[in-house]
Amino acid sequence: MAFLDIQHLEKAFGAMRVVKDFNLGVEKGEFVSFLGPSGCGKTTVLRMVAGFETPTSGAICIEGRNITGLPANRRNIGMVFQAYALFPNLTVEENIGFGLKVAGEGKAATRSRVGEMLELIGLPQLGGRYPFQLSGGQQQRVALARALAPRPQVLLLDEPLSALDAKIRISLREEIRRIQRDLGITTIFVTHDQEEALSMSDRVVVMHQGIADQVGTPFEIYNRPTTRFVAQFVGSLNLLDANVVDAAAGKVLLGDVPVSLNRPLLGRSGERISLAARPEIVTLGRSDGDHVVLAGRIADVHFLGSVIRIRVAVEGGLLSLDTFNQPDRPPPLLGTPVEVSVSHRDLLVLAA
Amino acid sequence: MTGKRFWSWLAVTFGGLYFLLPLVGMFDFSMRMQRGAYSFEAYRVVLADPRFQQTFGYSVVLALLTIVLGILIVVPTAYFVRLRFPGLRPIIEFITLLPLVIPPIVIVFGYIRIYNTSSILPLTGSWWGTNILLLFGYVVLSLPYMYRSVDTGLRTIDIASLTEAAQSLGAGWARILTVVILPNVFVSVLSGAFLTFAIVIGEYVFAALLNVNSFGPYMVWMGGNRAYEPSALAVIAFAITWACMGLIQLFTRFSIFSIVRR
Amino acid sequence: MNTSALSLPATLRPRQIISWFGVAPFFLFALLFLILPTLNIVVGAFRNAQGQATLQNLGKLFSPSIQSAFWISIELSLLTAVLGCLFGFLIAAAITLGGLPRPLRNAILTFSGVASNFAGVPLAFAFIATLGRLGFVTMLLRQWFGINLYGSGFSIVSFLGLALTYLYFQIPLMVLIITPALDGLRREWREAAESLGASGFQYWRLVALPVLWPSLLGTLALLFANAFGAVATAIALTGSSLSIAPIVLFAQIRGDVLNDPHLGYAIAFAMIMLTAIANGIYILLRMRAERWVK
Repeated sequence: MAFLDIQHLEKAFGAMRVVKDFNLGVEKGEFVSFLGPSGCGKTTVLRMVAGFETPTSGAICIEGRNITGLPANRRNIGMVFQAYALFPNLTVEENIGFGLKVAGEGKAATRSRVGEMLELIGLPQLGGRYPFQLSGGQQQRVALARALAPRPQVLLLDEPLSALDAKIRISLREEIRRIQRDLGITTIFVTHDQEEALSMSDRVVVMHQGIADQVGTPFEIYNRPTTRFVAQFVGSLNLLDANVVDAAAGKVLLGDVPVSLNRPLLGRSGERISLAARPEIVTLGRSDGDHVVLAGRIADVHFLGSVIRIRVAVEGGLLSLDTFNQPDRPPPLLGTPVEVSVSHRDLLVLAA
Repeated sequence: MTGKRFWSWLAVTFGGLYFLLPLVGMFDFSMRMQRGAYSFEAYRVVLADPRFQQTFGYSVVLALLTIVLGILIVVPTAYFVRLRFPGLRPIIEFITLLPLVIPPIVIVFGYIRIYNTSSILPLTGSWWGTNILLLFGYVVLSLPYMYRSVDTGLRTIDIASLTEAAQSLGAGWARILTVVILPNVFVSVLSGAFLTFAIVIGEYVFAALLNVNSFGPYMVWMGGNRAYEPSALAVIAFAITWACMGLIQLFTRFSIFSIVRR
Repeated sequence: MNTSALSLPATLRPRQIISWFGVAPFFLFALLFLILPTLNIVVGAFRNAQGQATLQNLGKLFSPSIQSAFWISIELSLLTAVLGCLFGFLIAAAITLGGLPRPLRNAILTFSGVASNFAGVPLAFAFIATLGRLGFVTMLLRQWFGINLYGSGFSIVSFLGLALTYLYFQIPLMVLIITPALDGLRREWREAAESLGASGFQYWRLVALPVLWPSLLGTLALLFANAFGAVATAIALTGSSLSIAPIVLFAQIRGDVLNDPHLGYAIAFAMIMLTAIANGIYILLRMRAERWVK
């Protein structure tokens, strides 16, 4: 059994089921992200783990102990909120020491733990300030220190970076990950930002309409999405409509161009499917070997500096592809007939 | 969760009882003028009383004048303070809050002392003077409400840009204030105005001490000399207060200006 | 005037002058009809009939009858301010945090707007009609429960009756002022406190009440001044049978009692001082309580 075990979790507000049969095991020290658009139920799951919402059914266990019925203040779970939620009437030190104080910890022990935490977040000189005297990034660090000070078993982060500027977001992202690794604390991180989820996590849970669509490492999620939603939500994607001609042989029809995928497909013959490819695996020109080669015309060229994003109109839709800028080779002209190649292996097949 | 809701309902129920009983009592009493039957007799008597008509009419006119004068004094001040003299804000706010701190009876006592018949400005000596003094006194009483609602209204619009836009189109100050600023804070001005109306209409201390026969002293006189009519007057006064507050709600909720604000 | 002021660009000056014309009426008005009258009273309290400086007037305040009038006033104001704060807080908490239906909240807020302005003469009439000798509730209690309110010593024309009546505008005023403050308590604060192991009581003691403290104090001071200056309600309710400070002053001004205008000055001055002290205490405490606010 995993360290944090969520089984068949359901939550309904009236007739609306916002979380449906959610299952997840998080190992000790693991960093797991819940990724999904707003309203997908990711925050609701997090709030049920924290104890702010009561599940309609299902169970949440930590180290084999069922905590589903336990009130939030007896769960020993740390939480960081999107809007910092520092207590405005307390100084940074008092905020960080809050959990220890209400637990009845001694003054000396509290002081040394608070000092330790201030060192950890790199703000040892700001202990006497009030929250309004801090920048957003500093406030969120303090919130993190406050959540960690009472040594929680699990740390929950509810979109902690989305209220911050882009630059601070990236540096704080790295800092959170560093602190999490140093302390080895089991962490759940909720975000709608795929870059955050992919770059920080050991595993990512992609959520959609209350369901965990796919659970996997960032590499798996990105390269081997199992559902159309995951493929589209994570990263940018080219989608081409196709019809299965021969499922066993992996033959499909893109418009009226036959394409062989060289592997058996799950769909039945005659079924409509989607072929999906990330822009970075599509190359301009004919590649030999196990590649699918399609003919088309240049429809659009965006010169972005180091990268040139080109759109090619092929049978079944538009294909986006990225090439690196090469000073000796100017970008192709609109309307030029070209061929593009995609490796069979990397071409994803999704239900239409 | 259910415990919390239970206590909330309990608090609201007890509060409701305390606040509704006097209203019921007042209404019940006002209907008992004819023995043995509920009737509107007390209201008929009150409404037919020429002194009621006269004092009530006087107070309505006075309240309206108070509102007009209040707007004339407060709107330009609030506007220019926001636009040009932000440093004066604390002082102005302090002054406008003074009428909540200094008891009104003290203020009117000061009037009687400063503007009596033997002073440089013997306002209390003449009918006109007394009425003007009462009017000014009511404007003072309305200052906290007027200023705060107008200032809140100004806060929600970008008066600096509006002013510059109007100036660049060739508008002068009077025009900017009346055509640009006032319509934009109209809802706030109205809520201040209705509040002022509710306060002034039944005011007693100022009027009584300045010897003016307005609605407030009339009510007190009735209270001392009649049994059922005072309750009818109270119901009427309560209805006026309700109407004022209801109108404020109506205007703030359904104003096209306020929709943008939310 | 220094040179930098003189060397202002010419285009700026007419603009400044117009702006000053915009605010000048306000200052003139406030000076003539608010500040000077008040100052006149303050100065008058320290002068005798011949215009010489004296402390005699203030000394007269300590005569037993006037002293007791002030004590009753202070007790009445303090009691109704504290109770108004307490009950108003409970109702405001019920409608903001208590999970009551939204329309009820709006209805109560609107009603509070009405009730807090329904002071003065009509309010007194309403209470006489309710708790007077022949009042609605008095009769109800007698007929339904056999309780004789007036037999047990209650009277609407008493300290208790006056306090009950004052609460009718004190409580709604508190509700109106404290509801936005309670709305300002963010849900996340409570949740953060809970996730850190705090009980509901600890959350209120360590976070919510300290955050609300300045508003609570401010309202207390305001309610005190509000009750202290309320004359019309008291006069319409009790005539002049209950001797509270503003009624004594009212009688002084009317000349009903021994006509000594300088004693009137002293009473008025003492009233200003008391409300000023209440507000001074409030400002002081607020500054201390609000270190953490911008």
